[in-house]
Amino acid sequence: MTATTSTSASGDLAAEPEVTFTIDGVEVAVPKGTLVIRAAEQIGIQIPRFCEHPLLKPVGACRQCLVEVSVPDREGNLRPMPKPQTSCTLEATPGMVVSTQHTSPVADKAQHAQIEFLLINHPLDCPVCDKGGECPLQNQAMSNGAPESRFKEVKRTFPKPIKISTEILLDRDRCILCQRCTRFQDEIAGDPFIALQGRGGGSPGMDVHGLHAQQIGTFDEAVLGYIPRGEDEPPDYADSLDLASPGGAPGVRGGAVRSVGAAATDVSGRPFSSYFSGNTIQICPVGALTSATYRFRARPFDLVSSDSIAEHDACGSAIRVDHRRNVVVRRLAGEDPVVNEEWITDKDRFAFTWQSAPDVLQAPMVRDEETGELVATSWSEAMAVAAEGLQRARSSGGVGLLPGGRLTLEDAYAWSKFARVVLGTNDVDFRARVHSAEEAQFLGHQVAAAEMDVTFADLERSPQVLLVGLEPEDEAGTIFLRLRKGMLAGKVHVTTIAPLASRGTTKMRANLIPTPPGGEAQVLDALAGNGDLSLDEDVAHALAQPGVVVLAGERLAGSPGAYSALLRYVRARQARLAWVPRRAGDRGAVEAGLLPNLLPGGRPVTEAEARVDLAALWETDTLPEQPGRDHTQILAAAGSGELGGLVIGGVDLSDLPHPAQAERDIRDAGFVVQLEVRHSLVTPYADVVLPVAPPTRKAGTFLTWEGRPRPFEEVFTTHDISDARALDLLAREFGVQLGTGSVQEVHAELAELGAWSAARVPAPEEPAGRITPVSGPNEAVLATWRLMLDAARGQDGEPHLAGTAHRPVARMSARTAAAAGLEGHRKVTVTGPKGAITLPLVLTPMPDQVVWLPQHSPGSSVHRMLGVTAGQTVSLSAVTAEVTS
Amino acid sequence: MAEQGKGKDVSRDSTSGGGERAADRPRPQASPQQFDVDADLDKNALQELFAPVAGFGVSFSTIFKPVATEQYPFEKVGTFPRYHGRHQLNRYADGMEKCIGCELCAWACPADAIYVEAANNAPGAQYSPGERYGRVYQINYLRCIFCGYCIEACPTRALTMTNEFELASTNRADMIYEKDDLLAPLREGMLNTPLPMVPGTTDVDYYQEKVTGPTPEQVEWVREHRPDDESLEAAAKAAGSRAANRTDALAGERQKGSGR
Ligand code: SF4
Ligand code: SF4
Ligand code: SF4
Ligand code: FES
Repeated sequence: MTATTSTSASGDLAAEPEVTFTIDGVEVAVPKGTLVIRAAEQIGIQIPRFCEHPLLKPVGACRQCLVEVSVPDREGNLRPMPKPQTSCTLEATPGMVVSTQHTSPVADKAQHAQIEFLLINHPLDCPVCDKGGECPLQNQAMSNGAPESRFKEVKRTFPKPIKISTEILLDRDRCILCQRCTRFQDEIAGDPFIALQGRGGGSPGMDVHGLHAQQIGTFDEAVLGYIPRGEDEPPDYADSLDLASPGGAPGVRGGAVRSVGAAATDVSGRPFSSYFSGNTIQICPVGALTSATYRFRARPFDLVSSDSIAEHDACGSAIRVDHRRNVVVRRLAGEDPVVNEEWITDKDRFAFTWQSAPDVLQAPMVRDEETGELVATSWSEAMAVAAEGLQRARSSGGVGLLPGGRLTLEDAYAWSKFARVVLGTNDVDFRARVHSAEEAQFLGHQVAAAEMDVTFADLERSPQVLLVGLEPEDEAGTIFLRLRKGMLAGKVHVTTIAPLASRGTTKMRANLIPTPPGGEAQVLDALAGNGDLSLDEDVAHALAQPGVVVLAGERLAGSPGAYSALLRYVRARQARLAWVPRRAGDRGAVEAGLLPNLLPGGRPVTEAEARVDLAALWETDTLPEQPGRDHTQILAAAGSGELGGLVIGGVDLSDLPHPAQAERDIRDAGFVVQLEVRHSLVTPYADVVLPVAPPTRKAGTFLTWEGRPRPFEEVFTTHDISDARALDLLAREFGVQLGTGSVQEVHAELAELGAWSAARVPAPEEPAGRITPVSGPNEAVLATWRLMLDAARGQDGEPHLAGTAHRPVARMSARTAAAAGLEGHRKVTVTGPKGAITLPLVLTPMPDQVVWLPQHSPGSSVHRMLGVTAGQTVSLSAVTAEVTS
Repeated sequence: MAEQGKGKDVSRDSTSGGGERAADRPRPQASPQQFDVDADLDKNALQELFAPVAGFGVSFSTIFKPVATEQYPFEKVGTFPRYHGRHQLNRYADGMEKCIGCELCAWACPADAIYVEAANNAPGAQYSPGERYGRVYQINYLRCIFCGYCIEACPTRALTMTNEFELASTNRADMIYEKDDLLAPLREGMLNTPLPMVPGTTDVDYYQEKVTGPTPEQVEWVREHRPDDESLEAAAKAAGSRAANRTDALAGERQKGSGR
């Protein structure tokens, strides 16, 4: 069960007056408003419970936590309450006397009776239930239940299992109606797609007739707007339901009235889709909710659990990795009150198979000179070949390094040092995405080596939070949950500068400043009190107060002048600023100086003192003085032969602004060394491929967007080596001791390195950009971002999760659609210089002449298929013929 | 010591039929006095005379007794019926596997000898009644101590032990018995898995042994999907003769509003 941690809220509660009362004869003093069950925990008294969860509101649904209570009346005489009370809903009052099952036969009997009652309809199918062995119901039936069952009648059963989404399965037989799942979806995630239905209903046994008893189920489609059925209908999950029911027939899809048939879908075509649905499985106190991935895969006693940190976003969520015989079978949310509390995104939970995909590189490979094929070889030979090739490349123009954003801090540091010391270059850039020189300056000026200022806790209590270039629900799930929590507590107001109100925006009840991509700078200037744009007065006023927390996403790089305007706003209004990248390694890469203008610890490349300082630590004579090329320039220079070679890390070409061009450049590049976990599009062009360890096979540290170090240990002890160690070995071929062979060495060096307090990279001073003008009614400015669940390689091998992704749709305003002659059309073709994308059309309130597409979802990989990035123009047309891309 | 030796011999000889039970034989008692060095001083003349051959006394007397040596492996000695031998994974009357892959046996095993991986039954790939079956099942006989705890743990009576004790091999890998090695052979009239469940039944009906053999539907299904299956012919015959009775019986059962 969930242990309680007094979260950041304790700070606020400390100011509250204390209440003194007695539990089992022990006097306790707790802040006013504390629940009896919580107070009992504090003094080590365990009261059984099912529905109670410290992060959910009390509901008193399961009645398991009954205790005997007496309270003093007005004269101060202790008066027993006539019936046992639920301690999870009862606030402590002064002088209250509580007797739990340990001291009160009444409470004990009540609890025994309640377990017996819950077990009346609970099947005895522990042997086939995934929860068996880690089940609060099993445990509490043992500790607080009767040894014998007196119930001889027929138990109520339901057709099962219900597949509420491709990932989440529901066995209603087992449900004890505690409503933790529905409360989580409602209170925390904001996606209440399941609910308690048929309250008070009931009928016996195997009778199956529609809504025949109180149960958890999916909402009726009437409640949700959804795309008309027809050819665009989402895949019918009913067809893919390949699980047998107890009777051998296929399991059931959809709940409640329509107990057979597809589940209702929301506007994006997903049945019970929530990015956080996996949490319901974890908090369900019985085995009613299970995941399709883990179903029947293992027993708790088979599993070896390791604490780790999720690698899919920059939030650094604590996770628990459970593996069985060297195969990871599931991941659970870890508990960390200051970061992710007890929740993680479905991507962090279910997307782990990529680390053991069939295309994981097994051995180093070098290109055979005769056949031109990659052949497996030994590490020593691969290193020798790589070193020789890089040596040559270095003397014929230099080598560029593209490490990507998946690195741990230690690995990033090794890349940075390798570039500077071994290859003598500043041509290094981790930003395998849309980027700009302005961004590099911003990162050097504002982000690198900055003290941890804005934290997750601030997101819960800052009166005003401004989001710009960031969709927290898609790009940083934990931020979304925290903001929503703060909003629901009435403490936080969120405003977002975005082209449209996404579902996440709506769930945070955020104010939207509708802004087409490219217009962010103007809006920020207006908020700072400059410029001529007029904004909603209330919003502008609220955001003009000091102390606004600004979360800026990495997508601002695609909006000229946005970072400069952001800094102007932050200065003018004394706001607090945090930069939120999308990948786990990005923040660490900034710290490690994986930028052409930046050395580790925020040292500017152009500062002589910084270079001298670092050269002394690195025991090298000089460091390159000139700022290097950025990501795109490195690729171009390598393609044209200006650079003699490339070292490439975790770069997914489809993230780059010009994937096809990048692929050509890599193909034409002189000598290419790849450090990768899996085969990628770069592999066919690599001359040497060095397999490096995925996060389960190495130790390291991710930095969250806050700058908080999140160290993790390896899950499996293997001979796999990390980037840092591979580069350390490679450096030896050059006669250089890089000193990054182990995490400890790197940490020692980082500690010695210390922070840089002298001159920083100057702030960017770009003029505010303008929205690209469109030239006709058929043109629109492209807005796009990556959805949490999309065509990312990190989700490979997990079809159940993929089934819960938002369906790719194109969004535009009704007026834009009408102007482009799309009225009445259900699909739209969006065309760019490289090709076209055809998607279902969804009319959305948003600025005119803007079209939104998912950036990298199945069938909609914007950079690759259209050849444009956010803020550029595309043309719209009604669907005529199938367009190939 | 004596106690233990006795117990062991009983089990060995009891089913061998002829011969004296080893338990009845007197056993030399290894008492401390026998090795008392001073004892020699007390010997009389006769004893002195026979002293050189006294040690043969036991040998001579044994010559005329029936031989206790077992001629294993030329003559096999049976076991008690409840002897703990090799495990077996049983089947229901129609051939469906009883094991649901719950791993309770593996959990109970003090020697960590059992490895189970379960999987989903799917329509069209049903191995056991209900939702779950044991996809991988291994017992490592280098670890097993034949305590039988696994048998006690099994909720479906899928796992029992046979009397087979000849478990030896010259290599490690062969001592890990796979599901194929452990699964009970098909009795005459059983169908091979996978096969669909008897229509209208649930896993509980199977457990309560309401299924007494394959039904024509099951035979039909197997004929369609695995026309060459060896179990088909006998099962078809069995199903045919049983069809009428079974349907009535089962229908009657269900009529009573039972189920579970
Ligand atoms: S499915 Fe689980 S969490 Fe949801 S109400 Fe039932 S028992 Fe509670
Ligand atoms: S008989 Fe005992 S030791 Fe052998 S598998 Fe069963 S539980 Fe394990
Ligand atoms: S043999 Fe029995 S205890 Fe073992 S997995 Fe199968 S059903 Fe479970
Ligand atoms: S825990 Fe108190 S009613 Fe459920």
